[in-house]
Amino acid sequence: MNGGQDLGGTHGHGPVKPEPNEPVFHGEWEKRAFALSMAMGMPGGWNIDMSRFARENRPPGEYLSMTYYQIWFAALETMLKERGLVAEDEIAAGHSLHPPKPVKRVLSPGDVAKTLHRGGPTERETNTAAAFKPGDKVRAKNINPPTHTRLPRYVRGHVGTIERIVGCHVFPDSNATGAGENPQWLYTVRFDGRELWGDGGDPTSRVSVDAWEPYLEPA
Amino acid sequence: MSDHDHDHHHDHDHSELSETQLRVRALETVLTEKGYVDPAALDLLIETYEKKVGPRNGARVVAKAWFDPAFRTRLLKDATPAIAEVGYAGRQGEHIVALENTPRLHNMVVCTLCSCYPWPVLGLPPVWYKSAPYRSRAVSDPRGVLADFGFTLPKDTEIRIWDSTAEIRYLVLPMRPEGTEGWSEEKLADLVTRDSMIGTGLPKSPKDIAK
Repeated sequence: MNGGQDLGGTHGHGPVKPEPNEPVFHGEWEKRAFALSMAMGMPGGWNIDMSRFARENRPPGEYLSMTYYQIWFAALETMLKERGLVAEDEIAAGHSLHPPKPVKRVLSPGDVAKTLHRGGPTERETNTAAAFKPGDKVRAKNINPPTHTRLPRYVRGHVGTIERIVGCHVFPDSNATGAGENPQWLYTVRFDGRELWGDGGDPTSRVSVDAWEPYLEPA
Repeated sequence: MSDHDHDHHHDHDHSELSETQLRVRALETVLTEKGYVDPAALDLLIETYEKKVGPRNGARVVAKAWFDPAFRTRLLKDATPAIAEVGYAGRQGEHIVALENTPRLHNMVVCTLCSCYPWPVLGLPPVWYKSAPYRSRAVSDPRGVLADFGFTLPKDTEIRIWDSTAEIRYLVLPMRPEGTEGWSEEKLADLVTRDSMIGTGLPKSPKDIAK
């Protein structure tokens, strides 16, 4: 979606302000919001691409005015409510008021280290051949889906060079909507700074994105 | 916790807690009562990312690459198994690529679409990495962003920005500081900063840590 999350090349946000000796979390609630989001993935039954869409799918003004963990938490509430796992009256009451729904698995303390260590690799086997090879010129397609996509606006329509064939990976545009993993070839595509930003671009800069084959066409 | 204690706790904190803080607490109670989460698992998740997984991990990887040329070769060829040799793997680091800085090429990592970051080696990202100023300008004005960090790159050095748009996570391998010949791996690790592994800073110099 062309939402508030797609920030590359936008203006007006001011300078980067690193915080000296920054703590991992700012306050207790951030810790809990983070841990709840991590722990609910399994029983909630959603995938990382659904989570990302739930975070970005809000008015841009709202997205930009919320803190990072506020966005995470809002997305968690949305996904829980969509699946009927929690209702608003329960959050308002601060207690469970309705019978729980059966869930696949709950994260136990004994499973935490194992689960984190396993992670969620996204590379998949395929019988298809990659359409592009390193050195090929490609154009990022001008696509504008209102659903989740990982092709940022600032590269759309621009010509770059295939630098590397990464492998065949889960395709977020499908995975986010529940249409399945639909694995596609993934490439690192490199663009010159001036191709992306015109004459004002930094001629010594090059930018790469990792782009799935359906995002690309020969140029 | 009895109902009385619970209600008392809520009332007591009400004036100091924002709407979000209250909702997080309420939701945790609801999810726990429903049996969807185990609070002990939540504590463990928090402890893992507060105490165990952080940029010290990445510093050990970088120091090993500076110290051991064979490891450096393995790291640059296929970083995920090389990093697993040092003991780090998993969530948000399933597919890691190491990027070598040279006198002619400087690498910098961003996620313009969200906050993708190599957790097993760097931990959770700092606020600035996730914020609009960095995500917007890293790709369009990288030298301006480096200036925000007080860091100037030579004019003719190529700057390469890696936007983490898929599940590939990037770790910058900074250049080994001069004056560190003969240093142990452990001592070298003290020079490696988090920002030098993102590309928004340089490692410390021997002088910096002598202070």
